[in-house]
Amino acid sequence: MIEAGSVFFPLLGALVAGFLGRAIGDRGAQVATVGCMTLASLCGVWLFFDVAFAGNARTVELGTWIASGTLEASWALRFDTLSAVMVGMVTVISTLIHLYSVGYMSHDRSIPRFMAYLSLFTFAMLMLVTADNLVQLFFGWEGVGLCSYLLIGFWYDRESANAAAIKAFLVNRVGDIGFALGIAGVYMLTDSVAFDAIFAAVPALTGRTIDVAGISVNAVELCGVLLFIGAMGKSAQLFLHTWLPDAMEGPTPVSALIHAATMVTAGVFLVARMSPLFELAPFALSVVTVIGASTALFAATVGCVQNDIKRVIAYSTCSQLGYMFFAAGVSAYPAAIFHLFTHAFFKALLFLGAGSVIHAMGDEQDIRRMGGIWRKVPITYAVMWIGSLALAGVPFFAGYYSKDMVLEVAWAAGTGVGRYAFVCGILAAFLTAFYSWRLLILTFHGAPRADAHTMEHVHESPPVMTVPLILLALGAVVAGAVFYDPFVGHHFGEFWREAIRIAPGNHAMEAAHDVALWVKLLPVLMGVSGIATAYLLYMVFPTVPALLAERFRGLYLFLLNKWYFDELYDRLFVRPAMRLGVALWKGGDGGIIDRFGPDGLAAATVRATRAIVRVQTGLVYHYAFAMLIGIVVLVTLFATGRL
Amino acid sequence: MESALNWHAAIPELALACLGMAALMLGVFMRRGATLAVTMFTLASLLLVAMLVLAADAPVVAFDGLFVLDAFAVFTKVLVLLSAALALVLALDWNEKEGIDRFEYPVLVLLATVGMMAMVSANDLMSLYLGLELSSLSLYVLAAIHRDDLRATEAGLKYFVLGAVASGMLLYGSSLVYGFSGSTRFAGIAAAIEAGPASLGLITGLCFVAAGLAFKVSAVPFHMWTPDVYEGAPTPVTAFFSIAPKLAAVGLFLRVMTGPFGEAAGQWTQIIVLIAIASMLLGAFAAIGQSNIKRLMAYSSIGHIGYALIGLAAGTEEGIRGVLVYMAIYIVMNAGTFGCIVAMRREGRASERIEDLAGLGATAPGLAFALTVFMFSMAGIPPLAGFFGKFYVFMAAVQAGLWPLAVIGVLASVVSAFYYLRIVKVMYFDPAQPAFDPRPATVGVVVAGTTLFTALFALAPAPLVAAAGTAARALVGG
Repeated sequence: MIEAGSVFFPLLGALVAGFLGRAIGDRGAQVATVGCMTLASLCGVWLFFDVAFAGNARTVELGTWIASGTLEASWALRFDTLSAVMVGMVTVISTLIHLYSVGYMSHDRSIPRFMAYLSLFTFAMLMLVTADNLVQLFFGWEGVGLCSYLLIGFWYDRESANAAAIKAFLVNRVGDIGFALGIAGVYMLTDSVAFDAIFAAVPALTGRTIDVAGISVNAVELCGVLLFIGAMGKSAQLFLHTWLPDAMEGPTPVSALIHAATMVTAGVFLVARMSPLFELAPFALSVVTVIGASTALFAATVGCVQNDIKRVIAYSTCSQLGYMFFAAGVSAYPAAIFHLFTHAFFKALLFLGAGSVIHAMGDEQDIRRMGGIWRKVPITYAVMWIGSLALAGVPFFAGYYSKDMVLEVAWAAGTGVGRYAFVCGILAAFLTAFYSWRLLILTFHGAPRADAHTMEHVHESPPVMTVPLILLALGAVVAGAVFYDPFVGHHFGEFWREAIRIAPGNHAMEAAHDVALWVKLLPVLMGVSGIATAYLLYMVFPTVPALLAERFRGLYLFLLNKWYFDELYDRLFVRPAMRLGVALWKGGDGGIIDRFGPDGLAAATVRATRAIVRVQTGLVYHYAFAMLIGIVVLVTLFATGRL
Repeated sequence: MESALNWHAAIPELALACLGMAALMLGVFMRRGATLAVTMFTLASLLLVAMLVLAADAPVVAFDGLFVLDAFAVFTKVLVLLSAALALVLALDWNEKEGIDRFEYPVLVLLATVGMMAMVSANDLMSLYLGLELSSLSLYVLAAIHRDDLRATEAGLKYFVLGAVASGMLLYGSSLVYGFSGSTRFAGIAAAIEAGPASLGLITGLCFVAAGLAFKVSAVPFHMWTPDVYEGAPTPVTAFFSIAPKLAAVGLFLRVMTGPFGEAAGQWTQIIVLIAIASMLLGAFAAIGQSNIKRLMAYSSIGHIGYALIGLAAGTEEGIRGVLVYMAIYIVMNAGTFGCIVAMRREGRASERIEDLAGLGATAPGLAFALTVFMFSMAGIPPLAGFFGKFYVFMAAVQAGLWPLAVIGVLASVVSAFYYLRIVKVMYFDPAQPAFDPRPATVGVVVAGTTLFTALFALAPAPLVAAAGTAARALVGG
């Protein structure tokens, strides 16, 4: 019952707020959803300890969903260490964000709708992580995608929000094609979509090949790559990342919950969940590593020059997801999940902190028009510091443990792609620290750049917002230190048990504890120097950044425009598709179908009617003449027919 | 049996003719209230004769082969009597208000009915012509019964002149047929055709006979009188024209084509196909341009005849059954629709324009609902009766391999749906006009009854279809 409670309480809250929102009012919807989420998080935390620490992994069958031939998918809640970690994290973070939303969205017109979407999202996310087969996972996967779409476009009267929502949905579709094909491939190979059956069947499949367009490819590798394409879409990895920054059009709690802590990590979760398959697909793992590492560096470079407070954090998220992927790519799934876990706390904290700033500044999001407000918003300021320290990997904050572990496993893997990932990760660590402090300094320090009217109204957020911030800050401080040992310590195998399978030949996890000292120290060093650089550039010599931007104008524009990915895609896909659409619309539909179809027929009908009516002259001899013509035609037809 | 007199087979006709004389006497000798009394007397006569028809023994050939009473004749006669009665009821109130409440009106309807009954029982070209002319002469007078009305007299005159042309064609055709087959008896003609390849003269005769009959059913290209006469004649007369004579003519058409000329089916099928297609298309397209609802109904009836002729083109037992079912349903729908048109009176004056119906959904919801049912049914939308009518003829056509005809029929009914549904749209969505005058109870009863039949036919189609099947078997069955 606890298992079902942890998953279905959010659904209950969503249904109550969504369908009875008008009846119970704003306050009622808030109470219902926050209450349900609190119950869910109590269940979730209990399960986290019971399953992950006490070792009571179990699967709760709810019923059959699809049973058609060998295709059998059931509704089931699978609780092993992996899903228990996710359930615990998701329910807790979601509860805090629900609470925060009560304050943040207090002036909105449609509070019940927002709370319902948020709860519905949480339900879908929990269905995703507790799935015991790929089809239910896909259900959750699409469910979170739908809620993400609804929440990005929550302020549907803004054109930019609608565009962002559509973009997110479409880009995710690209990934979902890969994911769906991957599911189909797995089903084709193993004759099952249930995890236990798949994992039991994959070892026998090594070396199996399938023909794709005449080329023979390794079947397991292909499935791995296809599944990873799905993960790339959901987790905004390089080439499919373009939707995430735009998704910041949604309300800030949405960015914190969906686009930082939970949904975007679903891709990492998928790779970890499918570890028995990925372990047999070394090429697919290399792809994961390279894409992850490249994303980590790419997103960090772009994050350094963005001016929208939420976009900076969005690119940071993108970058941190890259870290998780390359950790998974070197078979260090526990490290990936550990970083996912800690990142959820400090990134949600940073987003909510940013939300608090935006709230304080009267919906201002541009950090060039902030500054000098740290005394007025002390709690926000403090938690933003904590979040940034954790993100930059400063010792003894949560990010320090997880990020260092990720970088160590990359080095310890000892492979070429591992080294590449390590280099990218180290460079990204420097940039991460740099843009974090750039953000902190520009937002809170220096001379106020906002107008006097705004500055007068800068105020600390109400307790309903600051309490979740403080709780998350607590998580950002201790989550790393507390959970380091069980998650990725020497005996990590006893913690993860059957949930994650690592092939005997892959020793990155064990070797990570024995890497050279400089490998352990370098990330911290890079982080500190990043902070120092930002301090020098923005605090001590505030004129220098502008000079640098002027001096390296090409590079600056390249970064500011996000490596021109949007422009490239616009040129490559969007415009040709639009042109094709317009051609088919104007030429095909309007010019051919409408012209000769409905319009043409209607016009012909009118013409025919006019002609017939004109024949009806009202003159008797015309009528008689028509009869005679008729009889002549009939007789002629008969006569000629006979000849 | 051919030579026997068997006069009892004609008892219903004889009785109706005698009752007609009696009605005339009644009208002449009653001073006040003659019209109402004669109308009631006529109605009673029609119902009595209907019972006589049902009670008669069939099949009987009488008067030395001139006359036949079979299941087909019984079916058609009962429907003719019923439609005459319906039309008479619709006329009651109308004629009074229009000042044409003469007792001759019901008597003429009665005499026309006698003629129609003789038509459907005809078994010889002579008796065919006799029945046809008896009914036609009464109809010409009926069309012009509002003799002070310019349009009505014009309608009557046009009908008479063109009807005379058609009669001439029929007679000329009959003489050719007689000349080339040596007989006027249907059986004799059939035997002559069966004996050898039909001569060109005989076929030409067949053409002329078919043209004369096509005029009576108002099939294209012999339809041109229909819109003018329907529009000009008083509405109850139009209602009568659109049901009883049409049904009798279709019955006669069926009998002539399948009886004496049954063996020449190979020749005439294509002609009927052409006429059917032309009628369906013209009925569909021409009606779109109309603003007068009676004129629209004229084109609608041309289209409906086209659909009915599909069944004749098929020529099979199913086809004939389809035609009979179609006509039975058509009569009910049309009577109901004309009931609604009769009810269109505003401040004592009859309105006939479609736009006069605007807002009827608000001012007279019951009437609007009834008319909506009829329009949907005429458009052939399930589950209303009109759908079944079309269904049976289309099925028969497909089974007989005439699926192009069925396809054209379906397409034409799509086009015709436009003007039927336009009436519905006008009633419910256009800004309301002032309400119509209160409608008389008689009209209300007819409309309500026909609406019920049209709407609920789907629940029990079996009796009608079975009766039509028996009638069809009498005509073409082994």
